[in-house]
Amino acid sequence: MAAKRSVIPFGPQHPVLPEPIHIDLITEDEKVVEAVPSIGFVHRGLEQLVTKKDFGEMVYVAERICGICSFGHGYGYVKTIEHIMGIEPTDRARYIRTLLFELSRMHSHILWLGLMADAFGFESLFMETWRLREKILDMLESATGGRVIFSIIRIGGLRKDVPDDILKGFIPELEKVVEGIKSCEKVFLSDPAVLSRLKGVGYLSKEDAINLGCEGPFLRASGVDWDNRMRGYAAYPSVDFDIITSNDGDSYARCYVRIQEIYQSAAIIRQCIEKMPQEGIYVPIKGFPNGEHMTVIEQPRGGACYYVQASGKKFIERMRVRTPTFANIPALVKTLQGCDVSDVPILVVTIDPCISCTER
Amino acid sequence: MRISKSPWLLHYDGSSCNGCDIEVLATTAPRFDIERFGIINTGNPRHADIFLCTGGVNSQNQDVVRQIYDQMPDPKVVLACGICACDGGIFKDCYNILGGTDTVIPVDVYVPGCAVRPEALIDGVVKALKILDEKNEKMKRGEYRSLTSSEYAAKINGDVKEAGDSEGEEKTDA
Ligand code: SF4
Repeated sequence: MAAKRSVIPFGPQHPVLPEPIHIDLITEDEKVVEAVPSIGFVHRGLEQLVTKKDFGEMVYVAERICGICSFGHGYGYVKTIEHIMGIEPTDRARYIRTLLFELSRMHSHILWLGLMADAFGFESLFMETWRLREKILDMLESATGGRVIFSIIRIGGLRKDVPDDILKGFIPELEKVVEGIKSCEKVFLSDPAVLSRLKGVGYLSKEDAINLGCEGPFLRASGVDWDNRMRGYAAYPSVDFDIITSNDGDSYARCYVRIQEIYQSAAIIRQCIEKMPQEGIYVPIKGFPNGEHMTVIEQPRGGACYYVQASGKKFIERMRVRTPTFANIPALVKTLQGCDVSDVPILVVTIDPCISCTER
Repeated sequence: MRISKSPWLLHYDGSSCNGCDIEVLATTAPRFDIERFGIINTGNPRHADIFLCTGGVNSQNQDVVRQIYDQMPDPKVVLACGICACDGGIFKDCYNILGGTDTVIPVDVYVPGCAVRPEALIDGVVKALKILDEKNEKMKRGEYRSLTSSEYAAKINGDVKEAGDSEGEEKTDA
């Protein structure tokens, strides 16, 4: 006999979510048979601001697409405009950008680890990871002056230089963070209680991950070696790193991939500091952008696309952003089908949802 | 200040960029640790005394914000966290943003900043505690009851048009 179907609303205000998203879970007993997401709770309509703010001011708006990957959004927009205007940023600017980008990635992944710990109910682990994250925020603050919104990037380079002695000071700090993460890793990847919540939960096969168009760590956890940093922008061509993948495709694999990426980001930052070139940080720009271009960069959550159309005026015509969470939602809905109601928070968190990016 | 009970926080994202949300969460994390004042971050509006609202309020979210506010028991204090929540901030001109939190519910403390710094938030919460205490005293004497969101809409309807409910009942008496 088939069980009775009932609808359980999840969100928009839910303790596990820092941001509002609403999902209607259609359940039979304890099993979810269908999940219907509805979004729009954070839609601001900021792409339309191009009509009110000029192309230089739009950098700030782009940074505020999302407060977690704010540097990346600013960078994606600036990179697109620089390509249209034919500007080549200086080497030092490229290296500092890469460094800040990787610091943001570390802070985003550590934040995710905390949210994950919170989702499976390990409060002290949440506190521990967020304590480590503060070290990264300190570094970002000493480099840029802001904790989550930096406004250090501008078209043509950077707004201010980061002195070498501050950069040198990052190396011991990073070591401390990496050590801290290593001790957390033991809990995330080998504690039996945690394993029972992660292993085999929310399996997504490689084929599905490709067909549903997943992005980022979510895709790499299903065994696809795809990382947009390999396309070679900023200083990535001059540093050494690999694509981290796992073949399990479950929540455990996603945890594993993100933890390894934290170590990798630390290694990239170290290389950037060692190779840091000594010259200007800014190339003056002339005139207004004219033309269109689309850029893809690898955000902490996956590939994000930036499209700009400009017609030689102070105000650009169109800006469009496609964010990784948007690409991951179909796969989330797929993994939710057939899971237990108690696993829903974990699965929602494993895609590392960033709703404000998605809805803008 | 005499606070006899530990106030509990509720956080909701009106439609922020996330920057303020993670700062609100960071305030509860070890570095800033607002819990040392006995303040706990709860997920349930019915347990909450202080409502931290981040981001401006957008069309789809306005009813959710109202609902959360109405579900909170008296006395309650609302904090607008971040410049977006104070007056719309950088997104003020966006078509989907109605304005700051005070376009839909009454706000007691405004904490500016983009993103709001945890230190500022703690200061705001401490100010909120005082207001909570005052409201509590007044309530005991039977002189005070906080406005419901629809009463508030009716009150500000004269000058802020879009704050009226979508049903339009409050708009008629303007
Ligand atoms: S005040 Fe700034 S950081 Fe906070 S939600 Fe608004 S734009 Fe984001």
